[in-house]
Amino acid sequence: MWILKKLFTRPLSIAGFLLLFCFIVVAVIAPWIAPPQYPHQPYRIPRDGYWAEPKPPSAAHLLGTAEGQYDIFYGVVWGTRTAFRVGLVVTLSGCLIGVFIGSIAAYYGGFIDEILMRIVDIFYTLPFLVAAMVLAVVLGRSLENSMLALICFTWMGYARVIRSEILRIREIDYTQAARALGAGNLRILVRHIIPNALYPVFVMVSMNIGSMVIAVSTLSFLGLGAELGYADWGQMISLARNWMLGSAGDAAAYWFTVVCPGVPIVLFVLSWNLVGDALRDVLDPRMRGSR
Amino acid sequence: MIAYIVRRLLLLPVVIAGVSVLIFSLMMLMSPFSRLALYVRDPDALKQGPEELAEMVEALGLNDPAWVQYTRWMNEVLHGNFGWSESARQPVLQAITRLLPASAELTLYAAFPVVFIGIWLGKKAAVYQDMAIDHVTRVTAIVGWSFPTFVFGILMLLLFYGMHKWFPPGRLSLWASRIVYSETFTSYTGMHTVDAVLNGDLRVLGDALRHLVLPVITLAYVSWALILRLMRSSMLETLRQDYIITARSKGLSERVVVNRHAQRNALLPVTTVAGLMVANLLNGVVVTETIFNFRGLGAFAATAAVQLDMPGILGFSLFNGVLLVVTNLVVDILYASFDPRVRLE
Repeated sequence: MWILKKLFTRPLSIAGFLLLFCFIVVAVIAPWIAPPQYPHQPYRIPRDGYWAEPKPPSAAHLLGTAEGQYDIFYGVVWGTRTAFRVGLVVTLSGCLIGVFIGSIAAYYGGFIDEILMRIVDIFYTLPFLVAAMVLAVVLGRSLENSMLALICFTWMGYARVIRSEILRIREIDYTQAARALGAGNLRILVRHIIPNALYPVFVMVSMNIGSMVIAVSTLSFLGLGAELGYADWGQMISLARNWMLGSAGDAAAYWFTVVCPGVPIVLFVLSWNLVGDALRDVLDPRMRGSR
Repeated sequence: MIAYIVRRLLLLPVVIAGVSVLIFSLMMLMSPFSRLALYVRDPDALKQGPEELAEMVEALGLNDPAWVQYTRWMNEVLHGNFGWSESARQPVLQAITRLLPASAELTLYAAFPVVFIGIWLGKKAAVYQDMAIDHVTRVTAIVGWSFPTFVFGILMLLLFYGMHKWFPPGRLSLWASRIVYSETFTSYTGMHTVDAVLNGDLRVLGDALRHLVLPVITLAYVSWALILRLMRSSMLETLRQDYIITARSKGLSERVVVNRHAQRNALLPVTTVAGLMVANLLNGVVVTETIFNFRGLGAFAATAAVQLDMPGILGFSLFNGVLLVVTNLVVDILYASFDPRVRLE
């Protein structure tokens, strides 16, 4: 209970949870506020013709249209669902793989530990974004492939954290007590060690969801993620790149093509970072007692 | 200590070999035809008909078992042949050496404010915990951390180039690049600002700086949060130590306590993320250079990736891998020599 109380008394964490709640609402009611034009492909943004130049906000297109007349409002609304899917799937899959490998390394120790941790080191030496770019290129352009590419290069952090946590908890008195009572290795690992080692992993997950959303939208922005016309914020910003300089008379004529998809990305990532920051303050034992 | 350094140095080739295996396995997912360019020295050879290409695949043994191909590829790489980069229209090694100074220039200018302002503000935030400066830096850091580099960069471009024409994209204006690439201008380092000073040409210096402002701010803004938050928490922990209380009770002024006693020890954990910061900056460079049309290594990697230019991507990844391995090694050794409590076995 004190955890919840602490989470909901700090203004920044309240702001984070509120923002996140708004995004969940938008994601849930997407079919009602932006009815799909193609019912079987709801993530395809409807187009209003094929004219290249973006059109400013109007009654027909609340936030205007992007290059190629894609409706920005529709893309922003359905992009919320994409962002949740991408952030959760990539982070949780990476986390599962990492926890699995880290636990094995800590459990068996010795030679297996050494090999697995060197593999982690090797994966760490590749710059995350570049490595993901390469894999996304090799697999071919699609949202699923770019997510797969990111999963392949995000698990290492979890493996390291869970391994060191397990090694730490193994030496703590209550684990020794369980062993003295005759509990088997597997039982100690599953019942006593892993549940206690999961707190830092939990914090890492909440801090990483935002970064993963940034990474996927960056891939989309570079043309390696979602297909053209897919409701994805990064992809929509890449459509704005050619219109940065405005028209002859008005330099800021196409501001809406950047700002409308840009604001949701920043707020979405911000909400996860605020939540993660709050969780870390509350769950990290070293932070307890300090404010 | 020396034994540790030697052991790490011996391990270095092992890790680098591991990186090359990883990169190579990624590449093996491609068809033999896409991998042809890795082995070809003459670009025109790639423009032949399908039969000739199939013959080349056979002649180069691209259908052989993976490990045979790996040893063959490593042999080429060790002899300095990284293949032909179709997107840069030059050999990969040449492209990397030519573009490196541009990225180095950008990264160095961005790293200085990140490190110094980050550490200074982190210290202030810890000393004045829960006061205005702590809250302001916390919010700016979290917001900065939440900004994707490409969104921030495009907004900067919209504001300061689209609307005000103050800071143009690219590396140099046309007139300045005519001077830089002329006979009279000697290129010492390839970094335009340094070369301009060495050549005594202040107009070129001004132009180069003007082009650097936006990319440097973009690259720095999104990565300074890490250092700031780390410095803050490390400083908070140090300020709670007994020897700080001792220092205060001796009657030392708060400034001496903070700057002489606490700061030194608080800096130690911060140095460990230097490797992470280099990785961050490298990732940032790819996006920043692409947005600002700044012709450096990052932009090269992005174009290579989009155009499926495998030799280019591989060369860049290998370069990055080696850079990161070496950075981490240097950081670990420095850390051990700073902190007598760290024993290396």
